[in-house]
Amino acid sequence: MSEYVSDSRLERVLKAGHLGVTSECGPPRGSDPEGIKKKGLLIKDHVDAVNVTDNQTAMTRMSSLAACVHLKLLGIEPVLQMVTRDRNRVALQSDILGAASFDIPNMLCLSGDHQSFGDCAQGQNVHDLDSMQLVQTVRYMRDEGKFLGGDDIKRPPRMFVGAAANPFADPFEIRVPRLAKKIACGAEFIQTQCIYNMDKFKEWMRRAVDRGLTEKTFIMAGMTPMKSVGMAKYMKNKVPGMDVPDEIIDRLSGVEKKKQAEEGITICVEHIQELKEVPGVAGFHIMAIEWEEKVPEIVERSGLYPRPEV
Amino acid sequence: MIIAEKKPIEEIIQEVEAYDRILVLGCNECVTVCEAGGKKEVEVLASVLRMNFMAQDREKTIDEQTLERQCDHEYLEEIRDVIDQYDAVISLACGVGVQFAAEKYMTTPVLPGVNTVCLGANEDRGLWTERCQACGACVLARTGGICPVSRCAKRVLNGPCGGATNGKCEISKDTDCAWQLIIDRLKALGKMEDYEKVAPVKDWSTDRAGGPRTVTREDVKI
Repeated sequence: MSEYVSDSRLERVLKAGHLGVTSECGPPRGSDPEGIKKKGLLIKDHVDAVNVTDNQTAMTRMSSLAACVHLKLLGIEPVLQMVTRDRNRVALQSDILGAASFDIPNMLCLSGDHQSFGDCAQGQNVHDLDSMQLVQTVRYMRDEGKFLGGDDIKRPPRMFVGAAANPFADPFEIRVPRLAKKIACGAEFIQTQCIYNMDKFKEWMRRAVDRGLTEKTFIMAGMTPMKSVGMAKYMKNKVPGMDVPDEIIDRLSGVEKKKQAEEGITICVEHIQELKEVPGVAGFHIMAIEWEEKVPEIVERSGLYPRPEV
Repeated sequence: MIIAEKKPIEEIIQEVEAYDRILVLGCNECVTVCEAGGKKEVEVLASVLRMNFMAQDREKTIDEQTLERQCDHEYLEEIRDVIDQYDAVISLACGVGVQFAAEKYMTTPVLPGVNTVCLGANEDRGLWTERCQACGACVLARTGGICPVSRCAKRVLNGPCGGATNGKCEISKDTDCAWQLIIDRLKALGKMEDYEKVAPVKDWSTDRAGGPRTVTREDVKI
C-alpha cells in the first residue's frame, strides 16, 4: 500500500502510518449551503477528511455530491458517501464522474437505510448494485479506466475507496468474513459502526488481524459521543445494528442531567485512548451527530491533534 | 403460486357503481388456494354486492361464475356466449387473469377484485409469504436455496447489510433477515466457504428492468 491511488490527504495520512481522523457532516434539508459550510469550518483543522452523508436515514436532503463540492471549495477534504438505495448503475457511475470532476478524492460505498425509515416511505428503492458491487464498480472505473459497460473513460476517477463495517450486527461469526469480502472487492479503508461494546469490537479486530485483513485495509474505528442517557437508550433500542452495553447507560445515568453531555464526551475520549492501543486500528471516524462543535475537543483530548503534515 | 388478497369492498363498490349487470368471475387456481378469488370468495362478494345495492333500492343483476383458469384461452372462452349480458366483469383472478380476460373481451370492462401481492407459499394457516420475484436468472444455487432478491428488503446479493439485529430485518422485527437464513442454511449444508464468494454485479435485464418478458418454446409450438 505504498503508492498513492488518489490525491486524498486521508490516504497519505494512513499510508504514512499515522492514525487518521475523519468526521461527518449531514447536508441540510434545504438549499442553503451555509450550515454545512459552517459545520465543515468548525472541524476543518482537526480532521483529515469529512464524510458527507447521502440522504441518511432515508430523509431527503441536499445531495451529498453538492455538499461535498461546497466543502471542497473551502479547502476541506470530503469523503463522498454514496448509497445504492436511490440510484442505478448509470446514475452511480455518472455521479462518480461528477465527483471526480471536482477532484473529490474519497468515496464511501454503502447500501443505505431502508426508505421506510425516511420521508418517502412510499417510494421505490433501486439496489441495482449492492455496497460491495459499488466498491467493485468504482475500483474498476479507477483501476481499469473503464465503465461497467466496457467503454474507456476519458480521465478516470482517482478516488480512495472505502466501505463500512458493522462489527456488532448479527450474525457475529460472519462479521469478519464479511469484512474480508469487502476487502476482496477493493475497499481500501473501512469506517466502522459506532463502537460502545469495546470487548466485542476488540474481538472483531483480533479476528481481523489474525486473518491478515489489517494488512490490506485501514480500519477506522467509529466513535459517537452520547449527548444524554436518553440518546444512549434510543441508540440501544431503536437504531438498527447498534450495540450499547448497559454499563454506558448506567454511567450516564449516574451523573446529573446537565453533566451527561460532558460525561458522554469523556467516555468517547476514553474509548479512543483505549482503542489507540488495539492492534489494527488505523484511525478514528468521529460522528458527532448534530454536535460537530465538539469534534475539536474530542480530537484534542484524545491526543490526535495537531494533525500530521503529509 | 401467485398470492393475492381481496380488495376493500368499498373500492369494489365504487368501481361498479355505474354498472347494472355484473358478472363476478372467480378462478380455480392460485387465488382459490390463497382464499382470495375462488368459488367461495365469488359467492361472498356477490352476496355483499347484492345486499349493498338492495339496501339502496337499486335493481342490479349480479351473477357468479368460476373458471378453471383465467390465464388460459380455453377456459376464458367459456364465457364468450354470456359476456354480452353484462356491463362489467369483476375478476377475482390475479392481475394476469384480469388482463387476459380484458384482452379477450375488448368491449366489456374487466375490473380487478383482488390485489396481486407476490409469488409465495402458504407458510401456515392464514399466512402466505413471498419467495420469488421472478428475476429471470435464479441465484438460489449460490445462496443456500434462500432468495436474497425476494426476501431481502434491499435485494443485497452480498449480505447481510448492517441493519440486521437478532436475525431480523431492519424494516421489521417480524421479518426474517434473508441473509441470516442463508447463513443458517449454508452452515447446515456444511458450505460456509460459499459465503465468501462475491456475487458479481447482477444482470437485471431478465428482471422487469428489461421490459415485458416472454418465453418462446419452438419445440412446444403447434
